[in-house]
Amino acid sequence: MGIDKETVKYVANLARIELRDEELKRLSEQLKQIIDFIDKLKLLDIKDVEPTSHILPMSNVLRDDQPRESLPISKTLECAPAKEENFFLVPKVIE
Amino acid sequence: MTEYEAVIGLEVHVQLKTKTKAFCGCSTEFGKEPNTQVCPICLGFPGVLPVLNRTALDYAIKVALALNCKIHSPTKFDRKNYFYPDLPKNYQISQYDLPLSYDGFLDIDLDGKDKHIRIRRVHLEEDAGKLIHKESTSLVDFNRAGIPLLEIVSEPDINSPEEAYQYLVTLKSIIQYLDVSDCDMEKGSLRCDANISLRKKNTIEFGTKIELKNMNSFKAVKDALTYEIERQKSLLSKNKAIVQETRFWDTKELKTFPMRTKEEAMDYRYFPDPDLPMFIITQEKIQQIRESIPELPREKIQRFIKDYGLSLYVAKILVSSKKDADFAESCLKAYPNKDKKTLVNWLIGPLLQEANTRGCGLADLGITPQGLNELLGFVEKELISNLVAKSVLTEIIEKHKSAATIIQEGNLIQISDTESLEKIAKKVIQENPRSVQDYKGGKNNAIMFLVGQVMKKSQGKANPKIAQELLKRLLNE
Ligand SMILES: [Zn+2]
Repeated sequence: MGIDKETVKYVANLARIELRDEELKRLSEQLKQIIDFIDKLKLLDIKDVEPTSHILPMSNVLRDDQPRESLPISKTLECAPAKEENFFLVPKVIE
Repeated sequence: MTEYEAVIGLEVHVQLKTKTKAFCGCSTEFGKEPNTQVCPICLGFPGVLPVLNRTALDYAIKVALALNCKIHSPTKFDRKNYFYPDLPKNYQISQYDLPLSYDGFLDIDLDGKDKHIRIRRVHLEEDAGKLIHKESTSLVDFNRAGIPLLEIVSEPDINSPEEAYQYLVTLKSIIQYLDVSDCDMEKGSLRCDANISLRKKNTIEFGTKIELKNMNSFKAVKDALTYEIERQKSLLSKNKAIVQETRFWDTKELKTFPMRTKEEAMDYRYFPDPDLPMFIITQEKIQQIRESIPELPREKIQRFIKDYGLSLYVAKILVSSKKDADFAESCLKAYPNKDKKTLVNWLIGPLLQEANTRGCGLADLGITPQGLNELLGFVEKELISNLVAKSVLTEIIEKHKSAATIIQEGNLIQISDTESLEKIAKKVIQENPRSVQDYKGGKNNAIMFLVGQVMKKSQGKANPKIAQELLKRLLNE
């Protein structure tokens, strides 16, 4: 599967990553290599293998509905780039 | 003129009333100080592990079953990726290709006629945080982030704003009966988006779909859909194209406006959440939850009609909430008469009125079925008029006293109830023609005999003075 610069640009935009032209070129090549590598899986004969939906052979990991302490507000806001009173502060978002 | 038909699908989000969030142990209590119910998991810190809340899953299965859905087992969670300040992880844990349940239906009642609305899926996801917009900044509160949310998606089987309204009312009442959500739109525990298109009547091809957002009440949903149908009709009649877009309902202008969105279509890049293993839902589990589902409103209406001889209209009012339906049924059972008419009229009349003025349900008024029967006993024996009984009811509710006490303490019959005294006096006059003759013939003592009779008939609760005056007035007429 080929991966062109436009695809990389599109994905980078979705991930909110700004790429310079030379980075675009380099990453396109690298991503192509990665995808080609993954494509090798297609060569395997998997007709007798059950589909895997999850990497871990476990299921139904659940917890009881019991409240426990949350973080103290000082701790919570410690890593906020900006705050106002008890809120995280962000640039205005308009829908 | 071309006739058009609206094609509407609804997407409802319901907050489940678990004690803790979907994937962490933070409390879900409403109205707490901002950002005091958060932890590394719901704030999306690196390296943390979400673990699903057992109760949230059980509640979700319960709703799915009540909506006649099939259960997917195994079911899994996926990450829905997008950037928005209310989403701390930059992805929402949701369900994509193996949702908890699918292929259900909900029957709604349209003036006595049933309509079948198919449900495409009911799945479990997590809520986002809350944004408060200011002049040039926005404030973020993550207390809501991670609260378990059910997404209930209907097929586009709804064809009018009224049907959409009925669908929502029916859905809400079922979920409240299941006791898994408050369904309070004001608190945001129930939210609804709609998509709507028009098509020429009797065709199968769909028109261009518009997504509607920001409707904060069932009435707003109805109004927004009504507005949108007219807007689209007018465009189509002028041969103008309808642009596929998301529009929001402006509650002040009572119009829909396009939302400002980026040109590119949303690409959520769903993929399985590697932190959450699959969930296998066994037949035993399904059976166990199915058995915990109470009698739902539709069945209850039918049973009330059959067992207590209620009309469809009355039954519908009484079952609107489970608590009220249970209360009404206790009253119906405790009421001694076979004909339930008087009781029913009181339930959907004065009692409902009291409940409405107090913004609560019938069951929350604090009057017991026995207390109500006692009051109705006074009315039926014509000891107090309906009018007095209504004020006694108010007092029972406000002062938590029995009807007998209130009537006795307030000397209600004696002072204010000339209406029923008159009834008794007239009866006494009719039944005692000799004494009446005696009185009219000048024997003043005869009046005392008649007063005595009134006292007897009213079980001693009549005011003799008023009774005497009444009798005199009646006899002199
Ligand atoms: Zn948390």
